[in-house]
Amino acid sequence: MNINNKIAKTYIFSNKKLTAVGVLGVLLGMSVYIFMNCLMVGFDRTSNTTVFKNTAHIRVYKDDEISKPLIKDSIAPYLIINPKIVPKINTIINPKKILQILKNDENVVIATPQVNTNVFYNNGKSQISGTAIGIIPEEANNMFDIKSTLVEGHFDHLIHNPNGIIIGSGVAEKMNLTTGDNINLTSSKGINRTLKIIGIFKTNNYNIDKIKSYINMPLAQQILKEGNTYITDINVQVADPEAVEPIAAHLTELTGYNAESWQKSNETIVAAGRMRKIIISFVSFTILLIAGFGIYNILNMTVSQKINDIAILKAMGFKGNDVVRIFVTQAVSIGFMGVIGGVAMATVVITLLKKVYIGGDIGYFPINYESTKYLQGIVIGLVITFFAGYIPAKKAANVDPVEILRK
Amino acid sequence: MKTVLKTEKIDKSFHDPVDFQVLKDISFEVKGGEFLSMIGKSGSGKSTLLYILSTMDTEYSGQLHIDGQLVTGLPIDSLAEIRNEKIGFVFQFHYLLPEFTCLQNVMIPALKLGKYSEEEIENKAFEKLKILGLEDQALKSANKLSGGQQQRVAIARALINDPCIIMGDEPTGNLDSKNSGIVFDIFQNLTREFGQTIIAVTHDEDFAHRSDRIIEMKDGNILAH
Repeated sequence: MNINNKIAKTYIFSNKKLTAVGVLGVLLGMSVYIFMNCLMVGFDRTSNTTVFKNTAHIRVYKDDEISKPLIKDSIAPYLIINPKIVPKINTIINPKKILQILKNDENVVIATPQVNTNVFYNNGKSQISGTAIGIIPEEANNMFDIKSTLVEGHFDHLIHNPNGIIIGSGVAEKMNLTTGDNINLTSSKGINRTLKIIGIFKTNNYNIDKIKSYINMPLAQQILKEGNTYITDINVQVADPEAVEPIAAHLTELTGYNAESWQKSNETIVAAGRMRKIIISFVSFTILLIAGFGIYNILNMTVSQKINDIAILKAMGFKGNDVVRIFVTQAVSIGFMGVIGGVAMATVVITLLKKVYIGGDIGYFPINYESTKYLQGIVIGLVITFFAGYIPAKKAANVDPVEILRK
Repeated sequence: MKTVLKTEKIDKSFHDPVDFQVLKDISFEVKGGEFLSMIGKSGSGKSTLLYILSTMDTEYSGQLHIDGQLVTGLPIDSLAEIRNEKIGFVFQFHYLLPEFTCLQNVMIPALKLGKYSEEEIENKAFEKLKILGLEDQALKSANKLSGGQQQRVAIARALINDPCIIMGDEPTGNLDSKNSGIVFDIFQNLTREFGQTIIAVTHDEDFAHRSDRIIEMKDGNILAH
């Protein structure tokens, strides 16, 4: 072993209490850092999963238009003094072509059409207003994972039964319906249909469960008295939901329709997530920094205590760099022990918390072992301890031995 | 005999708090195997001169040669290497590293030099301790020894790299007369038997008069040598 390391090692073990305090500081800082960041990732993932059960990454639809003057570049902009929404049908023209364009785009994973219809659910005398979503079952399931929310019945039966319906648990509860019962639907165009309930879903978001239902797309088109080209939305799924914004802009240009990202339609959730990120990053980093200050303190103390040793070592021919190396080795060793302990402790805490049941649509505590966060914590922890050691070590290296030895 | 240390016109001044010239035009030579004492009253500049000779103090004018090499103006890292290889120190306060055993303390300069394997160094360190009659204390922690014993360990440490010169800053200043006698005898023995060159700053008249040569200093000048 190199003599510098040997001296560093002796300093570490000759004052075990001081070393233990330093290690404990890093251990706690480290474990809190990893734990909080894993928690953040877990929260984000849960919140995104909840969002993506009801919202596509990108929704392509025809937006309402405000009436414009007929002549472009009109020198008389007052031609229309009270502009209103043009009463047009909110449908995508030539949906097959648009779908093809979307499916050909390299960023798009799934693109599936959807028809939204406002309906009344009738059973006997009771009537509830709601929304029936006309879908292509397989594609919609791939996108929203509807199967995982099903509490009764089989989703696949919807494919084979053109008059089947899957209703929300809220609707089922209010109308006292179960799988196999019939339900009557009235559309906004006054069309009545009696459908067979083949499943009940529960998203744990009561506002959705009490109004939403899924039907086959052709049925939705029929009850709206429309043909098979009537499509209100095209839902698009991409590979990375975080990088959806530029793709949405690109698709808007490509199709000529409004392509809206999930972030835009869920701005509150996105903003809350961003705030959570800032707070957790700030707090966890601060805690790690405080652990660094602990090491800095300990090293400063060691340097003051060992000032005679440093002077004699320099007299015997140790260079400034050797002295720096001795104390940085000491700091990084403390940091290293703390990091290992911190990683172990974070793993234990995460393991315990994973088993805690929260309830609601979250279920178990949303935390997991995030390797990137572990790595990030280890790197930041070691960098901080390095500098916490380097500053006092530099001071020690600049000690003038003559000044100490002549006292 | 070969000249191992030579100074030419060394001047040194302190500027704080007032301008004050501590050393004036110091020129002398030290031959190999000489046992030299530097004496003088407090403030005569003898300690300051010793630290210049040790290469640790670099703020002076004039020239210093050690072992035929001009060391004035060398970068501090090179000076550290020269100290490691060619100079052994013995101080008034023994300055051993208290957490290490005596043997380890003696080994440290040699491990730093890195010329021999750790095993060889350990044997050598043990040899040196034996010369100083400390072989049975080798594995004790340095701070468990008496003052006289610690000073002898410090001498063993100074000897480990077979230096050209051993420099002592009041090496007996903190010892009782019995231990002072022992340390003096060791120094004398080293010069007589091993041809070791020794330069020691001392207040101890008796110590100085028994050495081979005395340089007496007064107000930054060499009075007699």
